[in-house]
Amino acid sequence: MSKDIKIKKGLNIPLKGEADKVLGTAERSGAFVIKPSDFKNFTPKLLVKEGQEVLAGSPLFYSKDYPEVKVGSPVSGEVVEVMRGAKRKILGIKVLGDKETRYAQFPAADAARMSRAEVKQRLLDQCLWAFIKRRPYGTAARPTDNPISIHVSGFDSAPLSADYDYVLHGKGKEFQAGLEVLKQLTDGPVHLNLHREMNTDEVFKGAKGVQINWFSGPHPSGNVGVQIHHIKPLNKGEVVFTVAAQDVALIGNAFLTGKYDASRTVAVAGSSVKSPKYFKTIQGASISTLVEGNLEGDNNRLISGNILTGTKVAADGHLGFFNKEVTVIPEGDHAKFFITEGWAGPGFGKFSASRSYFSWLMPSKKYDLDTNTNGEARALVVTGEYESVFPMDIYPQHLVKAIMIGDIELMENLGIYEVDDEDFALCEYICTSKTAVQQIVREGLELIEKECG
Amino acid sequence: MKFLHTAFQNMKAPFEKGGKFEKYNKVLTAIDALETFAFTPEEVTHTGAHIRDGIDLKRTMSVVIMAMIPCLLFGMYNAGYQHYRELGELATASFMDMFTIGLIKVLPLVVVSYGVGLGIEFAFAMFKGHSVEEGYLVTGMLIPLIVPIDIPLWMLAVAVAFAVVFGKEVFGGTGMNILNVALTARAFLFFAYPTFMSGDKIWIHEGMTNDAISGATILGDLAAMKGGLETLRFSAQDMFLGFIPGSVGETSTLAVLIGAAILLFTGIGSWRIMLAAVLGGATMGAIFNFFGDMGIGGGLMQLPFWQHLIVGGFAFGVVFMATDPVTAAQTNKGKWIYGFLIGLLAIMIRVFNPAYPEGIMLAILFMNVMAPLVDHYVVQGNINKRLKRLNVKTA
Repeated sequence: MSKDIKIKKGLNIPLKGEADKVLGTAERSGAFVIKPSDFKNFTPKLLVKEGQEVLAGSPLFYSKDYPEVKVGSPVSGEVVEVMRGAKRKILGIKVLGDKETRYAQFPAADAARMSRAEVKQRLLDQCLWAFIKRRPYGTAARPTDNPISIHVSGFDSAPLSADYDYVLHGKGKEFQAGLEVLKQLTDGPVHLNLHREMNTDEVFKGAKGVQINWFSGPHPSGNVGVQIHHIKPLNKGEVVFTVAAQDVALIGNAFLTGKYDASRTVAVAGSSVKSPKYFKTIQGASISTLVEGNLEGDNNRLISGNILTGTKVAADGHLGFFNKEVTVIPEGDHAKFFITEGWAGPGFGKFSASRSYFSWLMPSKKYDLDTNTNGEARALVVTGEYESVFPMDIYPQHLVKAIMIGDIELMENLGIYEVDDEDFALCEYICTSKTAVQQIVREGLELIEKECG
Repeated sequence: MKFLHTAFQNMKAPFEKGGKFEKYNKVLTAIDALETFAFTPEEVTHTGAHIRDGIDLKRTMSVVIMAMIPCLLFGMYNAGYQHYRELGELATASFMDMFTIGLIKVLPLVVVSYGVGLGIEFAFAMFKGHSVEEGYLVTGMLIPLIVPIDIPLWMLAVAVAFAVVFGKEVFGGTGMNILNVALTARAFLFFAYPTFMSGDKIWIHEGMTNDAISGATILGDLAAMKGGLETLRFSAQDMFLGFIPGSVGETSTLAVLIGAAILLFTGIGSWRIMLAAVLGGATMGAIFNFFGDMGIGGGLMQLPFWQHLIVGGFAFGVVFMATDPVTAAQTNKGKWIYGFLIGLLAIMIRVFNPAYPEGIMLAILFMNVMAPLVDHYVVQGNINKRLKRLNVKTA
């Protein structure tokens, strides 16, 4: 039975540089990098050596804790480098792509006619399992999990994020095939969560065999954690799977054609992008191919992912495993004089959820925000601001404090199983005391996973 | 402004590692505090949310200070106004005469409050090696507004020192205190120097030294006299506008309301606490009115409940003290309970305690102590809900 849910708390940050719904052409990336750090709390074990040839969909590494979970190569070619950091930590596996991609070929399969075990095995064999995340913890799903339901968010409410309707338009067959696969993994329902006020493509509206739920309200209504909480909150001991909508189509395509096709349409957005639009590229592609010649200024922050939860990447960095957009904004690494741009200024160009700057006079203005923290880290003084953007029946500030003091029982009681760090992105944005909330929550989740499994 | 930025860098250089005065590197904290006052630092985000809201603690504090300016200005004017009114020279004194008296008396209070308070804050920051936090900016303005006009400056300095050290720094500094720091100063003064902080002579400039001035506050009058309201020397309009004796900044409900409007509009003050406290005060006032109308109790019982809200420091306390986010309840439900009880207790103390008719201070301090308890039960409610969900599942 579908649900209609109104999200009241939250915040839409009006930013300049939203991607136009136009498909640009990007030069094909030479090298592709898959970073184990894109998977949370994941210890990688290598399956390839430098110099080895791989096919698109051949496994590159697997999880130390769940060896069946393998991560595949997005393209065919030669593994040219295993990038390592301190203590020989694996930072990334670089594959020099062939001009024509060769695929690790699997037979086409119809998930609806397969048993659960067969579907699982196929997902694991074809390196598709890595696209499935689990709650609690927001980590890679475990093959032993028996999820009570599976959630797919059909929209992204984060600022400057990719429009799923545009990206998935015309991919109804693949998307439906992906949903059929997911349906085999749970005894419970597969939820497809859509936004009431946004345009919704036929791909989503026409989805069959799933429970469609309608959300309305500001960001973070598109966060799957918020959606789970409102549809049926997670209890200790329960597991829910989540898959991003584009990845559902990828999985569907892999079942229909037998090919691991990691190509995707990404939004290149942000105020530093001259003409923000969409590009067709491949997972792990070099970001420079997407932004070259399209940036204003030379002091920019390149982010793989959205502006609230994405990862900072260098100019020669690569698109993250799960990321569907690249955001570029100016760096704010210059001091701001207090009465002109700083804390005592009128602040016409400063967006604030409070109305303490005169920017409230211009409600429809879009902002060109930089990466400056606009103040220094302080003790948590102001209360009620996290609560104003956190649409769950959880006390966010109390939970954050419980994590800070490492009180596991209190964290459990306050609902840590229901959250992921991305759910706290707006809290971090809005925090007067400039606390690194997402990082704290991630540490809390890692502690809990370590202690309580 | 590049030259100023360079000047700060030059000033810091000798104290940094390898510099001439390296062993005095604690001075860096102080220079840093000044530098971050003049320039929002070049600090950038690293992970997670790559952009941050424009607001910071400095902006928050400065908005609160702005909200107190109407009270401060009116307080200055009222100081002179009350002085000349008691002397019977109101007709001959000009606006500037009145304002000047206030200015001369109040400005030193502000200077001493900030001087001593910030001095101690800087000293603690340097000693403990953390950055100077902005908490005192608001406290420093609050304190001069809640003391009698003629308070000796040394007394104020002692109170500020006590409040900052024992009210805040011993708990770990800004954000960690249990009691409202400004009210700690006020309470310290009240209990340490009662002759200067209560009675009917202190509220008007030269009231203590000039026999021609009487100077009791309305609450003092009503509390002292067992009679009814007939003897009240001030109209409700005077109470609302603030032309009554009292602490420097708290007499004018109108000025407080302007401040409240700024705090509420900017979203910095909690509307829940303010509204709840007004409701609490009105409820208690109405209950007393009920008994007062039956002839029980004195003038304070009969004072119409809405006048309780505009007389004395009630409005000032509710708007500027009760809403202090550090010492108030932190949950939204808790804020309702916290605010309501402050209003209720303030009027109750006012009516039942003839020695100290201004109840808002003690009510807020008491609820500061109770706030964590209120929050505990609110949060526990949420926890129980979650546990119940779990029990239903496992049952």
